[in-house]
Amino acid sequence: MMLKLSKDKIGELFQKLASSRTLYLPIDNNGQVNFGQWTPDAVVRLDQLKTVKSAKDFFFPQTENIVAFKRQGKDISIIENRDQNEPFVVFGVRGCDARSLDILDKVFLCDPVDSFYKARRENGVIVSMACAEPEETCFCGVFGIDAAEPQGDVTIRIIGDNLYWDGKTEKGKALGESVKDLLVQATGQDLEIIKKQDERSREILSMLPLGDLSLDGFEESALLEKFNSPLWKELSQACVGCGTCTYVCPTCQCYDIQDFDTGHGIQRFRCWDSCMYSDFTLMAHGNSRKSQMERFRQRFMHKLIYYPANNDGVYSCVGCGRCVAKCPISMNIAKVIRALGVSVSV
Amino acid sequence: MRRIRDMMRSRAGELLREGTVNRVLGWKNGEFYYDPNPAVFETEESLDGLVYNGFSAAMLSKYLIDATKKEGRILVFLKPCDTYSFNHLLREHKVNRENTYVIGVGCDGMLDIEKLRTLGVKGIKSLDENGDDLVAHTLYGDKTLARRDILLEKCLSCKGSEHKVYDELAVVDDPWQWDTLDRFAKVGELEGMTPDERFAFWRGELSRCIRCNACRNACPVCSCLKCVFDNPRSGVQAKSNADSFEENMFHIIRAFHVAGRCTDCGECSRVCPQNIPLHLLNRKFIKDINAFYGEYQAGADVEGKSPLTEYKTGDVEPSVVYERGGA
Repeated sequence: MMLKLSKDKIGELFQKLASSRTLYLPIDNNGQVNFGQWTPDAVVRLDQLKTVKSAKDFFFPQTENIVAFKRQGKDISIIENRDQNEPFVVFGVRGCDARSLDILDKVFLCDPVDSFYKARRENGVIVSMACAEPEETCFCGVFGIDAAEPQGDVTIRIIGDNLYWDGKTEKGKALGESVKDLLVQATGQDLEIIKKQDERSREILSMLPLGDLSLDGFEESALLEKFNSPLWKELSQACVGCGTCTYVCPTCQCYDIQDFDTGHGIQRFRCWDSCMYSDFTLMAHGNSRKSQMERFRQRFMHKLIYYPANNDGVYSCVGCGRCVAKCPISMNIAKVIRALGVSVSV
Repeated sequence: MRRIRDMMRSRAGELLREGTVNRVLGWKNGEFYYDPNPAVFETEESLDGLVYNGFSAAMLSKYLIDATKKEGRILVFLKPCDTYSFNHLLREHKVNRENTYVIGVGCDGMLDIEKLRTLGVKGIKSLDENGDDLVAHTLYGDKTLARRDILLEKCLSCKGSEHKVYDELAVVDDPWQWDTLDRFAKVGELEGMTPDERFAFWRGELSRCIRCNACRNACPVCSCLKCVFDNPRSGVQAKSNADSFEENMFHIIRAFHVAGRCTDCGECSRVCPQNIPLHLLNRKFIKDINAFYGEYQAGADVEGKSPLTEYKTGDVEPSVVYERGGA
């Protein structure tokens, strides 16, 4: 059932949502927009298409404590200090980021289940938001994502003076129930407006310059052919080996677990890792990928060949285009797909 | 800049053909007008992909650390400000001058795609640079922007059009010119703050850091073979924050390490995905060095002493900080 709310009441909606759980949404911090906790003073920027970092942090944080150890004499005590039980809402998640959670689910919810991630997935409600004005760096359509009607527990559309609220899952409907005082039922005329907007959005989405990227040829059977391609050298030579692409990516999922000596105990933590870094998968014997070319290749082979080979052909990219926008030297997955794919346009 | 690009293509082709160089380090065209990436060209035919426009900001000097270790001579295109970093790398013996052929390219100031986005430009199909303006043709219509309004931060206080090192030049007689700003104005503003205000300013900026290390990796003078933050035995992680102050420490330590060596190229701020004004840390050091030891521009010369590698009995004592009230 489609519900609606006048846009000028959006502050009340945030207030109400935040009263029963933590509310995260795109917030402006000195010109940079990232998902952050809502407060009455926060500068909410739902108009921002792409937050710098994705919504991944709320389910798979950049750094999290796993467990701590304390030694007294010959005894070691184990201190549980994980923190993943707060109920929360992430509001304004775009279609690309909403889909990225499916990709992370396949990694973290398969056996053995990652209990940290699972708890956050269960505690979190996704309110996704339709895109009406995509950027040229967007190519979610290449991965079958419809940004005009993204997945999520609730999907909202902001059209004219109204916010339309579409509760989709049980969780989403329950969230709608908690703010039902503010929502009214959409009329037949509203549904017409929505339909028109969706059509218009899809038309623009179909015109995006990266929309013609072809994934033909990125398949398991081509693994060795792609791996051994001489093009990796050429593509990777500009890479400065920073972690920007991996850290702004909604689907990069590699992590490191380390012990930190706090001076009075040990804190075991998990943090995002980046295949671009020299200590990625560092083992006692050294590193299996010694050159930046090998590290660079790993990132794209993982997203375009290894992951789909292990996950029914699903690619580990959602076409959000953050890496396209943020790479310091403008090398990115779109250029890699162009260079290494089978060209369909003759 | 199209005229310069044509000169670059033609000279690079000649130098490859006659064997003066065996490869060319330049910028290659991308998916959009604004995303050329550094690339090595090895054949004359491949030079069709060589571009030079307002978005060729990525500096090529640092790539020469590795590139000049290889066999043969590499042609590199350096904008005026890039030559300072090249010179500094020469001073530190990080690049091999004999293996390098430098063509100094004229520059009309580099543009900031983020500024375009902030000004509401999206869905870019193509861009046209016409003198004072840039016209963006987008999915949502055309938009004209004044070049002055979309210059990269580093270009707002341009060091000038002079190349400090080159084998030959590719420049035009009538480059686009613009008024530059005092590069220390913002530093002065920060110095005027109370320590608490200044602390709050930097906490606000640095807390956005995502530890991607792009600033370090793009920095031409961050040229350690192995950065201390990449040492797994150091007890600190280059890729995560143990506490909410660690990223602040990372940037402060880095600024200290490049003090007296930083050429103020501005790459750190340009590449930061969170738009942290990292160059202000470096400019504070430069301003102080100028005040305490006399004007010094890293990379202006290859030879000679530099302020922080020379000791004079009259050098300021650390207590100068207190004498100046903590700023």
